[in-house]
Amino acid sequence: MEEPTWFQSTLAHALALTARIISGASVRWIDCQPDTCQRVYFANHTSHLDALVLWASLPGEVRRLTRPVAARDYWQRGWIRRYLANRVFRALLIDRYNIKVHRSPVDEMLRAIGDRYSLIVFPEGHRNTGEEIGQFKSGLYYLAKKRPDLELIPVHIDNLNRVLPRGEFLPVPLLSCITFGPPIWLQSGETKAEFLQRARQAVLRLKEQ
Amino acid sequence: MSTPEAQTLWLVGGVILLLGMVTLGGMYLKRRLDLGLDPAAVAQFHRRVVIWWLLCLLLATAFILGRYWTVGLFGLMSFWALREYVTLTPTRRSDHRALFWVFFVFTPAQYVAVALDRYEVYSILIPVGAFLFLAIRVAMAGDFKNYLERVAKIQVGLMICVYCLSFAPALLTRQFVPPQASPVAEATTAAAEVHRVPPPATGVIWPEVHEERARLLFFFVLVVQLAEVLQYGWGHLLGQHRIAPEVSPSRTWEGFLGGVASATVVGAALSWAVPFPLWQTALLAAATTAVGLAGGLVMSAIKRDRGVEDYGTLITGHAGVLDRIDTLCFAAPVFFYLTQAFYLTQPA
Repeated sequence: MEEPTWFQSTLAHALALTARIISGASVRWIDCQPDTCQRVYFANHTSHLDALVLWASLPGEVRRLTRPVAARDYWQRGWIRRYLANRVFRALLIDRYNIKVHRSPVDEMLRAIGDRYSLIVFPEGHRNTGEEIGQFKSGLYYLAKKRPDLELIPVHIDNLNRVLPRGEFLPVPLLSCITFGPPIWLQSGETKAEFLQRARQAVLRLKEQ
Repeated sequence: MSTPEAQTLWLVGGVILLLGMVTLGGMYLKRRLDLGLDPAAVAQFHRRVVIWWLLCLLLATAFILGRYWTVGLFGLMSFWALREYVTLTPTRRSDHRALFWVFFVFTPAQYVAVALDRYEVYSILIPVGAFLFLAIRVAMAGDFKNYLERVAKIQVGLMICVYCLSFAPALLTRQFVPPQASPVAEATTAAAEVHRVPPPATGVIWPEVHEERARLLFFFVLVVQLAEVLQYGWGHLLGQHRIAPEVSPSRTWEGFLGGVASATVVGAALSWAVPFPLWQTALLAAATTAVGLAGGLVMSAIKRDRGVEDYGTLITGHAGVLDRIDTLCFAAPVFFYLTQAFYLTQPA
């Protein structure tokens, strides 16, 4: 992956700052510290802003190494989105509709992060209504299984769905909160369903704290 | 650059001296662990002192830079307070567009009108214009669930956080000329309407015309903030009869009356700083602090209903601007209209 130009990294900083101001996001790290080691941040999905604000909540040096996973059909529409996704957030765009067996999204993610980058994923697969957290899809399990060395960090995003609800394009500047929790790993002998349930609980628990 | 008047120097200097003493006292208490004081209370005291310094610094900077900056500063405080208020208030998805208008149209418009001294606009923009508009806009969104409640919540937030607070910087822009001052030929029309001389624009350091009004605003913030502390102090010393225990267990009649009475004494003692006679200044301080402290109770009721202690603790890490300025919000319109009335009674 090529290094970002001076313009791109300045734009990334400006965008991160804007996202932080508009979303009024306060960031909490509970039993966890920001680190440049390889991680997978998995969060509840409530708003179009989620990936941007989560990414913006990370400290600069961590942010540079963290790539959000996003839907190709949304982010390849129009040159601004395409430029932002490819050059500024350096998002990893996944085709939601045309999944091929030999190029599964999980393999694509693993290839893209190599031994350097971290990922931001939303295992619910689609945005929820903000009230409840849906069941997790299995991608997170396969990531954990194929790369047991990755730290899986649960993240809870609060109130962002009110800043920019589904179907709206103008944000209202309320206050939101991003909470990072302690890492989890796939335990030996743990089934897919058990692991996904535990991961979902890890996100839910952060809501209470 | 003109030199500030003696009263201004005394007032600002006195406040800085007082704040300095309070800060030193706080540091002493923090080090004297053997006094058996509650460390949480000492820490809270410390936070308050920091906020007063900040408020003092912001006001001083704004005054030096001119009236547009001061109005802008209050506008930002309103914006942030409203942000906290709406975050705390449950709204529905269908209120999103109405909220967008509240934040990006009505709040800025109100402060632009204040900065341009358009009383005829800023006195009715929110209580009439936004009142009707929001009712219509929320209805248009097509969601009738809890309609009345949702509209009322947004309207109340806009009134308290934006409309009421905007009367504090409005003190700077309005200059009232008593009717007697106008020529005899105009005496009849002058009695009917309030004459005003437009103040000069910004960019001048301590412009003379501002100074009296800048002092008035400083006096207002000082007396209201002091009343809050004094209420706390009296409540701790003598507090017996709680006003509304379910709403706020810490607010007592003793604290309230003691706070108002002692703030009135302080206000009257500072009457040299404002252009009003002693009795008017005392009345001004009494009425303003009484309404302001009662406003604190109102905000407690809203918080209690939502099950939180502070607006700041709702979303961890935020300072809770609304917790600090709620008394100012309620007191500002009272102060504004009383000063307007007192200016009119002044002899030429």
